[in-house]
Amino acid sequence: MGTEDIRRQSMNVFRMKLLGAKVHGVTSGTATLKDAMNDALRHWVTHVRDTFYVIGTVAGPHPYPQMVRDFQSVIGREAREQMLEAVGCLPDAAVACVGGGSNAMGLFYPFVEDKAVRLIGVEASGLGIASGKHAASISAGSVGVLHGNKTYLLQDGDGQIQHAHSISAGLDYPGVGPEHAHLHDIGRAEYAAISDDEALAAFKMLTEMEGIIPALESSHAIAEVIKMAPQMNKDQIILVCLSGRGDKDMHTVAEAMGIEL
Amino acid sequence: MSRIAETMNALKQKRTKALVPFLTAGDPDLATTEALIHVLVESGADIIELGIPFSDPMADGPTIQLASERALAAGTTLKGVLELVARVRRRTNVPIVLMGYYNPVLCYGTTAFAADAAAAGVDGVLLVDLPPEEAQELQPHLRRNGLDLITLLAPTTPPERMRALAGAAEGYLYYVSMTGVTGSQQVNPAAIADAVRDIQAHCQVPVAVGFGITTPVDAKAVAGFADAVVVGSALVNIIAAAGRSPELLNEVRAFMTALSEGVRTAE
Repeated sequence: MGTEDIRRQSMNVFRMKLLGAKVHGVTSGTATLKDAMNDALRHWVTHVRDTFYVIGTVAGPHPYPQMVRDFQSVIGREAREQMLEAVGCLPDAAVACVGGGSNAMGLFYPFVEDKAVRLIGVEASGLGIASGKHAASISAGSVGVLHGNKTYLLQDGDGQIQHAHSISAGLDYPGVGPEHAHLHDIGRAEYAAISDDEALAAFKMLTEMEGIIPALESSHAIAEVIKMAPQMNKDQIILVCLSGRGDKDMHTVAEAMGIEL
Repeated sequence: MSRIAETMNALKQKRTKALVPFLTAGDPDLATTEALIHVLVESGADIIELGIPFSDPMADGPTIQLASERALAAGTTLKGVLELVARVRRRTNVPIVLMGYYNPVLCYGTTAFAADAAAAGVDGVLLVDLPPEEAQELQPHLRRNGLDLITLLAPTTPPERMRALAGAAEGYLYYVSMTGVTGSQQVNPAAIADAVRDIQAHCQVPVAVGFGITTPVDAKAVAGFADAVVVGSALVNIIAAAGRSPELLNEVRAFMTALSEGVRTAE
């Protein structure tokens, strides 16, 4: 895990350690997910005879994107079933945040053949696309090859990978799973971008109004729903994936609000 | 005949093996790399592997990761690397193989890259994250321009895949001496000799061995069975330590001369 992410996700890291994990800090590059993936791949090739590589997102060489999609799609299958049970019809739109894109792919996949359901992935535009400090690979990147997959990447004119930025560690990756790139290219899914500030505002709104504290990642999806809902009819339905809890983000949110804990 | 084949044939007739140094282009800057390449050739290099710096060198250990960072910090681009090769080519016939990752090549454009690399005087290309199965968007352009796409084999490559890749190999085959990243541990020549001989029995091109060869003793031992010996991180460490100091060229010359002595006296 990148040392920057260890700092930002200290609550989760503590939990991982309580569960018995040994967490190796990665200091190379930007010390975030991209660099942790580089070092995990390096460790894997060095210890390939007795080590299995696993990854939590739908990126990397085949068959990892497919494996992670299939595991994650439990959420989409259950959401689809429950929607039919509780409401009696499919939603008009399904919305999820996209970094590497695992929770979004898990939500979208069981709906891909339901053409009437809009699929909306929400990337992080960080400090704004124009600032260059963002993680919106589909919205503002270009096609390249990294970590064994061809997809949309944040890169400069020489094919060097650029630093991603997002207030949420889980979206802070300069690429996106290749199946999202495909869904975008064939026009099946749409991809929007939400800034750090918009995500923070959504975080506060959901916390105050529903008593549900969303992860900063999921707050990007909530922010998009807040934008979309007023454009829709009252009887239309939006399904949003609350992919994580915000407990882990208390330090980051407090810091952004200028509060010392 | 390509420069790689000519060089390897000439060495075979002399019953000697090839010494193949690797260095990262632009570390610490392209002018120094240019001077270094001439020193390498004068002190016994038969083929030069020139690294294209990349922001995310997944197959490399810390030594070459840092070399890549220094080269990128100095503003090195693929275009600059090709211009360097063109300058070097005016003074030497040494075969030059560009080694690196696929994204800078893809970003440059596969058609333009193949044409520009050939025009600059590049002889082969080795891209560690472009498996043969995915090479079809690049390889036809390289072929049309007379460039070899060098293939890697690892100790974990299954026999049937080894035979397929060895049969289709161009230029030379690069056998990775261990499971690991560059510069991570010392090679064990005795442990890989049989694997290399097995590969040689299945291919028409020379077999080079790299990863973990750091001393003249290693080079001599590996040259006892391999057709070519690649030395990367050990050389890059010398370049890193000397930086732009006036001693750099002499230190590299001394190291290369010792490696060359090892390779030439292999039995």
